[in-house]
Amino acid sequence: MKDYRYLDGVATLRLDADACIGCGMCVAVCPHRVFALRDHKAVIIDFDACMECGACGRNCPVSAVDVRPGVGCASYIMGVWLARLTGDRVKPGCC
Amino acid sequence: MDGFLDTPAGPVPRVRTRLSARDRFQTATVRIGFGRNDFKVVPGLYCVGSPSAASPVIVTGNYKLTFDAVRRELCGLDVWLLVADTRGINIWCAAGKELFSTDEVAFSVTRTRLAEVVSHRTLILPQLGATGVAAHVLRRSCGFSAVYGPVRASDLPAFIKADNTADEAMRAVTFTLRERAELIPVELYLLGKPLVVALLACFLLSGIGPDIFSPGAAWSRGLAAACATLAGIAAGCVAVPLLLPRLPWRHFSPKGALLGAAAGMINALAFAPGLLEGTALVLWSTAVASYLAMNFTGSTPYTSPTGVEKEMRRAIPIQAGAALIALSVWLAAPFA
Repeated sequence: MKDYRYLDGVATLRLDADACIGCGMCVAVCPHRVFALRDHKAVIIDFDACMECGACGRNCPVSAVDVRPGVGCASYIMGVWLARLTGDRVKPGCC
Repeated sequence: MDGFLDTPAGPVPRVRTRLSARDRFQTATVRIGFGRNDFKVVPGLYCVGSPSAASPVIVTGNYKLTFDAVRRELCGLDVWLLVADTRGINIWCAAGKELFSTDEVAFSVTRTRLAEVVSHRTLILPQLGATGVAAHVLRRSCGFSAVYGPVRASDLPAFIKADNTADEAMRAVTFTLRERAELIPVELYLLGKPLVVALLACFLLSGIGPDIFSPGAAWSRGLAAACATLAGIAAGCVAVPLLLPRLPWRHFSPKGALLGAAAGMINALAFAPGLLEGTALVLWSTAVASYLAMNFTGSTPYTSPTGVEKEMRRAIPIQAGAALIALSVWLAAPFA
């Protein structure tokens, strides 16, 4: 995925190094290799590759990783905006 | 299907690892978009080869495209295949919608009485399912611990052979030319009704002129406008996905605008209208392509929601402005 980079400095990803127990789950589940394990602690090695899928946060047994998960899909976000305007429910999108 | 295997929890259907001509035909039609929302297999426990109580259990979803993608890679292996009910949606999207969830996997384990079929207590989950499943909670709720397998089913044999370990390449998503090209038919199919309405509007609005409505102008100018729309679609829905990593800028809307302007220029030159109408046509193609390219973010595996929302807030006013100017100029041109 080296050829693909989206916007820098926007991801909502946070890692609490003190809480981390170094289990390596975030390293395993991240589809963009954002984490690595160093000295029995997880570290963020590629923050801007994060697509906020939320896999790390969900699989962290001590809630040391926090991210606001969602889908990076323009038509879905548009649906959410429209639903907010009309007070309707969000229509299921393409996926 | 290839017979049944008797287990303490009843007969388990054995699936073939070779796709039939019918499977391939169905895959092709679903890739185009037909029947995409109802392409399912029955959830439950299946097997490949002749697994024993010690054989690995691979968990997947019940979208048939997903089910086929997994089983075709298991040739020569003896494994159990636990199919969760993801309502016919692929693993990653289903995990994002909480359909492929900790509860759903635990429920599948209980319902299929998996504990009576196998002697070990390990499930191989698809890595992309991690968005919906919490491995540490799963163990507590059904007694099975989860090991995250590779992203792609094609790496499953190597993963199992390496004693359930994945290397870095198995753990990272890719977005190859082939993977991008496979998405194009559905992108076009999803345009559907709005496209028909837009094309009709092109012809109707183009007929408006000094003599109120001219059927001749509706046809000749309408054709130019409709082709400008199609040029925008070709740029935004076909060229952008194909050329994605080669295009400049990280935002998707300028990538689309660039190709849309180029396609629009060719279209405008082909119809050779005056400067005013030509400008309107190019602007329209650019706006359409930019918007559609932005929508392609939803089909890529690397755009973050925060990033997409940021891009949309900036791009939509510009796209809407360009489209409005194009429309105004196009409508005003016959009176000039």
